[in-house]
Amino acid sequence: MSKLVLKGIGKNFGNFQAVDDFSLEMKKGEFVSLLGPSGCGKTTTLRMIAGFMPPTAGTIEVDGQAISSPSGVVPPERRRMSMIFQSYAIWPNMTVGENVGFGLEVRKLARAEVARRVDRILEVVQMGALKGRYPSELSGGQQQRVALARAIVVEPEVLLLDEPLSNLDANLREEMRFEIRRLHDEFKITTVYVTHDQSEAMVTSDRIVVMNKGRIEQIDAPHVLYGKPRSRFVAGFIGRTNFVERDGGTYSLRPQAIGLSVNKPSANGVEAEIVDRAYLGEHWDYQVKPLGEARPLRVSSAPNAIFQLNQRVWLEIDPAAMVRVEG
Amino acid sequence: MQGVRRDRGAALTAIAQSAAPARPSRIGGWDSSWILWILIIAVLLFLVVSPFVHLVLTSFQAEKTGEFTLKNYAAAYGRARYVEALFNSLKLGAGAALLAGALAVPLAWGVSRTNMPGRGFVRMLVLATFITPPYTGAVAWILLAGPNAGWLNRIYVMLTGAEAGPFNIYSFPGLVVVIALYSFPYIFIFTSAALELVSSEMEDAANILGAGAWRTMRKITLPLALPAILGGLIICFLEAIALFASPAMIAIPARFNVVTTQLFQFFGNPSRVEVAAAYAMPLLGVTVLLVLVQRLITRRKGFATLTGKGGERRPIDLGGWRWAIFGYAMLVAALSVFLPYIFLVQAAFAKAWGRGFALDNFSFQNFHFVLFEHATAAKSVWNAFLFGGAAATLGVIITLGVAYIVARKLVPFAGFLGFLCVAPFVIPGVVLAIGFYAAYAPPPLALYGTATILILAFTTRFLPIGYVNASAAIRSINPEMEEAVRVLGGSRLTALRRVVAPLLKRNLLGAWLLIFIPATRELSSAIFLYGPNTKVVSVMIFDMSEEGNFEYLAALALLLQMLTLPMLYIGQRALGRDFMLRRNAT
Repeated sequence: MSKLVLKGIGKNFGNFQAVDDFSLEMKKGEFVSLLGPSGCGKTTTLRMIAGFMPPTAGTIEVDGQAISSPSGVVPPERRRMSMIFQSYAIWPNMTVGENVGFGLEVRKLARAEVARRVDRILEVVQMGALKGRYPSELSGGQQQRVALARAIVVEPEVLLLDEPLSNLDANLREEMRFEIRRLHDEFKITTVYVTHDQSEAMVTSDRIVVMNKGRIEQIDAPHVLYGKPRSRFVAGFIGRTNFVERDGGTYSLRPQAIGLSVNKPSANGVEAEIVDRAYLGEHWDYQVKPLGEARPLRVSSAPNAIFQLNQRVWLEIDPAAMVRVEG
Repeated sequence: MQGVRRDRGAALTAIAQSAAPARPSRIGGWDSSWILWILIIAVLLFLVVSPFVHLVLTSFQAEKTGEFTLKNYAAAYGRARYVEALFNSLKLGAGAALLAGALAVPLAWGVSRTNMPGRGFVRMLVLATFITPPYTGAVAWILLAGPNAGWLNRIYVMLTGAEAGPFNIYSFPGLVVVIALYSFPYIFIFTSAALELVSSEMEDAANILGAGAWRTMRKITLPLALPAILGGLIICFLEAIALFASPAMIAIPARFNVVTTQLFQFFGNPSRVEVAAAYAMPLLGVTVLLVLVQRLITRRKGFATLTGKGGERRPIDLGGWRWAIFGYAMLVAALSVFLPYIFLVQAAFAKAWGRGFALDNFSFQNFHFVLFEHATAAKSVWNAFLFGGAAATLGVIITLGVAYIVARKLVPFAGFLGFLCVAPFVIPGVVLAIGFYAAYAPPPLALYGTATILILAFTTRFLPIGYVNASAAIRSINPEMEEAVRVLGGSRLTALRRVVAPLLKRNLLGAWLLIFIPATRELSSAIFLYGPNTKVVSVMIFDMSEEGNFEYLAALALLLQMLTLPMLYIGQRALGRDFMLRRNAT
């Protein structure tokens, strides 16, 4: 049976439809990201799962029991979920240990048991030495680890994360992505992760729900999303791409899928001209205009594939790499 | 409403037992916290709405029968001297506000924007003025400028050899001076708050275009602060027309009336509450109107530019002039603090104050008398602190609850609750007291003269101070702090208890003190509501002044001031040196 099921969830604020017909089934232990630009309804969806907001349509179920519907919601404190907030929401009046132990205390565990579990989880997130510290004495990354420990230690039915890394600097962000995935692999908690950062979603998730303007664009594993985007929006939002109009349809063609050479290839060759280029260290970013066409294509090439501006080149395009998209 | 009852134990078994799929418990449904919210709404209706409604209703009711009538209005405005008292109040307010402005603005500018020496000292003296109750100030000035016996007159006679001194506190100008001297801190607070937001860069911009320091002040700084100054003047005006103590001590012997003293006479024997209610309407109307005007002024564009981040603020170098402005500050302080307190202390330790500073005139007898011998003086101090403490506690709890409901939008029309909390700001103390009398003196409650009615009236009177502070405090807490509690299984009340309350400790202590300190010295509502066993120290002091017992009175007034000092100290430790001189203190 599915762990968490959202059936046709909708939420409107007055005339504004924030979330529309959102359906998702998650297996136990699955890690799913809600990915989309700001204002796409992903945080609203997460807050409905948490119980902070009632849906205006649809139902949310956990283990087959309805917990949210337009007629009512089980309040957040009775859902046995955990959430990590954008601001971390570490309580500044409590020490690290007290923060982490809070959920266990509310669950009325014996004091010794609370202490044991707090110690264990703090070891897991490498914060054991800082148990007695107050949050104001911690760095952003350390606060993030406290938030993780506090959420995981209660062994929640579902773990919710609301853009948890957006307040960290770039290096730390990258480190924490792997940390979150590692903790998930260790504890196998069913997790919903909200982010607008595609690489965060790709590193952490089993599946990604791409959202736009309150609606689901596509739900798939990261590599499927990238390789087989279903809509123009998904193709453009996940990685970079070229849109090619052909036979009355729109096709997505990734810059990496286009070969570039001085010699005419054996098949599928198109003659073109380099109109712009940028060297980015890990690769060359070329703008290449096929002869007779108005719009240039974007092509990614290895650092050692050097072409000059205005140079005539040949594009090699594998028809299988062209993915037809809607919209 | 018939949703599933929630209790903490059930939190453990959460989802499995929560509800049948078709019928989960209702959104924000019926839990213990809602009972609290409903309680708060009921309390606000009781404290704010009901007295106000009764005030208006009573003004239209015949004394015995309760029938609708306009006779109260006819009685209230039927005599020329009643109408004259209304105009006296307006003149008094205008005079006091203008004089207070002249006292306050240069001081505020000197303290906030210049290198005047002793800025901290001047600020301290303004605070000393601010915490001097108007009646204490009035009594001190009776000692200073009473005809013939007043110290200033005696010194004048001694220096010039004239037959009599020129000062007479028992006059209209005398009253204006006394009120202005003890209400100028309001304008000081408003003005210095505004001036501290004018960035030096704005002044630099004028300097670089060729304007000197004085011109810059006249053309740039003062105009930028003008809305705040006007706002302060209005508050001062309202303070002056609502004041009871100083007019009662000075205007009545001088044989003229103002609105508040006239109201008191309507209230005296035989008590004509209905007429008093009708007579209170212009005071209420003017206050409502001017508060609206004040809001409008301080929200104008000119004021909004002051809230920018605008760089550092350097003090302006006044050169030799800084001593001139310091001298002015000392003159103001001499009139409001030094002279009054010197002669209050003299009277408090004198066998007879008129005999001056002679050693054989020195005595502790007055303190001994008010503390141990007088039948009710010591008890009146105790009452004031007890009622003030109760009112402050109630006020903080109520306003914290309302501020929380408003900030988290927990109930529909939450904003209206916030409005009710600040509404008493436009109700002068005497008018509020009449409303409370009309609402709760008659059976079934029959609260007149009880501790309850005094505590409730004080609570209502200072709700706005509590609310402004509580809502600023609540807004400083990220809602996610509470959501984190709830997601981990704690109820909203757990969140309040374990996270919100501890985080707000300091702010709540501050709000408590900001209610407590003025509540311990409140006279204008107490004078209408106290009974034989519930006399508070302010009423006691007022009574002593009527009896002419200035030595006992001075001792009691000084005791009250001494008892306030520890509160000030605690407040300053918790909230910073200027906690009473901030804008949300007024």
